[in-house]
Amino acid sequence: MIANYGYKDGSGEYYISIDTDQCISCSAARACLTACPQRMFEIISDDYDDEVARIRQANCRTLAYDCVECKPAAGYGSLPCVAACTPGAVKHSW
Amino acid sequence: MNADMTAPTIPEKREFWRWQENVWVDESRDWKSAGIVTCGIDVGSVSSQAVLMVDGELYGFNSMRTGNNSPDSATHALAGVMEKCGMKLEDIHYVVGTGYGRVNVPFAHRALTEIACHARGANYMGGSSVRTILDMGGQDCKAIRCDERGKVTRFLMNDKCAAGTGRGMEVIADLMQIPIAELGPRSFDVDVEPAAVSSVCVVFAKSEALGLLKAGYTKNKVIAAYCQAMAERVVSLLERVGVEEDFFITGGIAKNPGIVRRIEKLLGIKAMESRVDSQIAGALGAALFAYTLMSKKAA
Repeated sequence: MIANYGYKDGSGEYYISIDTDQCISCSAARACLTACPQRMFEIISDDYDDEVARIRQANCRTLAYDCVECKPAAGYGSLPCVAACTPGAVKHSW
Repeated sequence: MNADMTAPTIPEKREFWRWQENVWVDESRDWKSAGIVTCGIDVGSVSSQAVLMVDGELYGFNSMRTGNNSPDSATHALAGVMEKCGMKLEDIHYVVGTGYGRVNVPFAHRALTEIACHARGANYMGGSSVRTILDMGGQDCKAIRCDERGKVTRFLMNDKCAAGTGRGMEVIADLMQIPIAELGPRSFDVDVEPAAVSSVCVVFAKSEALGLLKAGYTKNKVIAAYCQAMAERVVSLLERVGVEEDFFITGGIAKNPGIVRRIEKLLGIKAMESRVDSQIAGALGAALFAYTLMSKKAA
């Protein structure tokens, strides 16, 4: 399942998408949990009883601000969460 | 001074936003002879629904406005439909709670997200060919893709603000002083389709609508502009997840032809007609999950 967390407002679209099928047998040892400086990722048991990653609800409406320190403008070459997820399950829309 | 002068009376305030609440029971069936009775409760931000299923088939439902307390709303929604068929809580084998207030359903055995429940409910209502679902809820909007079993394959939810949702439409109904059920049909009664209101925030959209009225727009034209804005907004969400036929709309807004026809026009595809109240899709999906979970438990 591709789960999109985030929002669209007058300033743009801010979504982090997670391919949760990749989380079920995560080959990166849940690296997303520690890679994010804001600790936005968490592991939950979804509606189909699979252990998958998701973005904490408290961050879903503030992604544009929460992710700002990891974006290229802040000096990062690549996003820590995207780089840590070696199966390639995490993507940013902006 | 006129001694007969009486104090001005305050006109009774009409609730233009109030939508039709619904209770229905299939009186051709007898739940007492059923093997498994399950229930789905969807406590949303604006409306609450309780659905009863008998051996995996829809038996009855109640759709009503959510109060200021989720446990009470869940209890009242269920009591409304149980009263109509003479059922008691102990007669129900499994209850699944969903929606905004799902964790506060006191008698639920399990809580599931409304995303999974709407997909499952739409699969039941529209059949296994449903692949894309748009749930236009009271205060959020979800675009969902699912497979032939109603399992979610992709979703996107916008719960940042009330624009493009049922609550936004209620605000416009009150502003225009037109009953909410009339907004859709009236939005087509315009000579030329106006441009959509530009604000994405319902508060700003309201003040923009007032500005249009002052500029000489008719009420119908303002409603048309607002319906168009809502349609454009949700279509941008749908395009993000990709739209594949068959397309099904759930939630209260599915009853508003002013929005539905405009979404269809923008997407270039028709939405499926629902054979039951589209507003109960979440609770119906929850009741179906309850039936599956109970069947597994009983096996």
